[in-house]
Amino acid sequence: MKYWMIVKSGINRKKIRTFMTVFSIATAFLLFSLGRSVAVAFNSEVDFAGNDRLIVVSRLAFTESLPMAHKNRIEAVEGVSTVVWRQWFGGTYKERQNFFPKWPVPDNYFDVYPEWELSEGAQEAFSRNITGMIVGKDLADQFGWEIGDRIPIIADIWPKKGGGVWEFDLVGTYTNSISEEQGEAFINWKYFDEARLYETGRPGNYIVKIENPDQAESIAKEIDELFKNSLDETKTSTEEAFSRMFAEQIGNIGLIINSVLAASFFTILLLTGNTMSQAVRERTPELGALKAVGFTDRHIMLFVLAESFFLCIAGALIGVLIAYLLFPLFSGLAIGFSGEIEFSISILISAILVAFITAVISGVLPAYSAMRLNVVDALRKN
Amino acid sequence: MILEVNKLRKEVSSGDSKLVILDDVTFNLLEGQSLAITGPSGSGKSTLLGLLAGLDTATSGEIYLNRDALHELDEEQRALLRKEKVGFVFQSFELLPSLTALENVMLPSELKAEDEPEERAKYFLDRVGLKEREHHYPNQLSGGEQQRVAIARAFACSAKILFADEPTGNLDPKNGEMVSDLLFEVNAETDNALVIVTHDHDLADKCDKKINLKLGKIVE
Ligand SMILES: Nc1ncnc2c1ncn2[C@@H]1O[C@H](COP(=O)(O)OP(=O)(O)O)[C@@H](O)[C@H]1O
Ligand SMILES: [Mg+2]
Repeated sequence: MKYWMIVKSGINRKKIRTFMTVFSIATAFLLFSLGRSVAVAFNSEVDFAGNDRLIVVSRLAFTESLPMAHKNRIEAVEGVSTVVWRQWFGGTYKERQNFFPKWPVPDNYFDVYPEWELSEGAQEAFSRNITGMIVGKDLADQFGWEIGDRIPIIADIWPKKGGGVWEFDLVGTYTNSISEEQGEAFINWKYFDEARLYETGRPGNYIVKIENPDQAESIAKEIDELFKNSLDETKTSTEEAFSRMFAEQIGNIGLIINSVLAASFFTILLLTGNTMSQAVRERTPELGALKAVGFTDRHIMLFVLAESFFLCIAGALIGVLIAYLLFPLFSGLAIGFSGEIEFSISILISAILVAFITAVISGVLPAYSAMRLNVVDALRKN
Repeated sequence: MILEVNKLRKEVSSGDSKLVILDDVTFNLLEGQSLAITGPSGSGKSTLLGLLAGLDTATSGEIYLNRDALHELDEEQRALLRKEKVGFVFQSFELLPSLTALENVMLPSELKAEDEPEERAKYFLDRVGLKEREHHYPNQLSGGEQQRVAIARAFACSAKILFADEPTGNLDPKNGEMVSDLLFEVNAETDNALVIVTHDHDLADKCDKKINLKLGKIVE
């Protein structure tokens, strides 16, 4: 009780400053927690559970293409029901900021996505019309496209034989019944593959529909095994893992997240360190008086450390709590590039660990100087 | 003998130069006696008091406090000795601002793990006339009242010797007199020795013994 009384007295001494410090530390921990949640997703093993679609990419890099011949061999694997493929098209609609993914796909591609609902007659028109294009409802709304519109796309990765702009005819839209995602565009593989200048006959990646999600992991292994030691080795994973690879490619997510984490860590260090050395300076006579009544140097050091622990741990808990409350919102924003992320207990644990480390680092110097305080000098300071 | 001081010397070095703050200080004090240390400002009074109370270490010389060789103790041991045998009253009170008067008075006895710290604390608060103010915080008390709380704190922990560094220095004459009277009154009820640093000649005259410092040496 007596020790706690003294620590409490330190914390209560400047209530507003304590509040501001804890609040700032909490903000840093909020960033830390959200950053961690993404980092955890990016660092985690591919989780195959519950997936009935697998994505097969080149082992070299997911941007490398694969031979068409892989299709039949994958199809022959026990438990595989459908194999479709696609290629990243790139390209620009009018202006660079009008970015959306565009994929050349075979015309049975949509069979693999039963959760997408195609507009009336879309599938049939797409099969019939070699320049047909199906886009997400959101995309069509965004650009005000109507069925029958001709959509020009300026080539970048895939120039046309003989040059010029690619042109597609909008034949339908899709809506997605299980997620918000309805912002991509699909064009005919046959048209794309024949008209492009090079690499004809090689898709970018395969999407494999399987019969039983429980077999996802073993089928993935089996597929990769098929092509081992060939010129085109594969890496089979889930859609989620794919979107993470994709995000890594676009921006260096790891670097961004680590910068956020490092920045929040240093913020916490500076805040706590600053508050603590100020607190010790102001309280020099008080600490001197404590020593005079018989508290040892070690006690004094512990009081100061306890205070910096209080600041860091309180900040961490509040920050993590706010992160937890904001998490549904945040994961909605992050889902586009990191896939499903979750708020795991490991975030709390790592936050508390960081709080401990920062508390020690930022508290140790002020604590040491408090410990070394000469009482007679300290009391003369008045 | 509660206090025996032999050839005490304190130097501090700032950069290359060495400053002698105390030199050849020798005196002693019997149990229950009171001693006044006087002298002009900067003559080394606070430094001497700090050494006697085990708050600082001398450059050379010996101090025996209650027959313990203070000059041979390390910081841990000196902290223990302060806790067990020494009470302190400071010029600027030094109460903990976020503890009540009662909690402040209880603090040393709690540290010592004495029996019934609350009863003792209440007794001494009553003794200095602040029974009604036990739940007040220091900033709700006047300077004189704060110093009375500090006196209650010094007595509540049942020390052998009490040190007071200009206990009336921050108080107006009326409050100063009240505080010094209390210090002697309560002290008379114990067998504590009392060492007071003061500018106040009336206060010094009340003591059994006096030493006068000038530039770190005892004069007359
Ligand atoms: N750590 C120190 N460094 C330099 N000078 C000091 C130090 N401690 C005390 N002094 C000097 O020693 C002298 C005695 O100080 P002090 O004991 O506080 O005097 P008093 O209490 O009699 O006014 C003063 O001149 C003071 O400036
Ligand atoms: Mg002084």
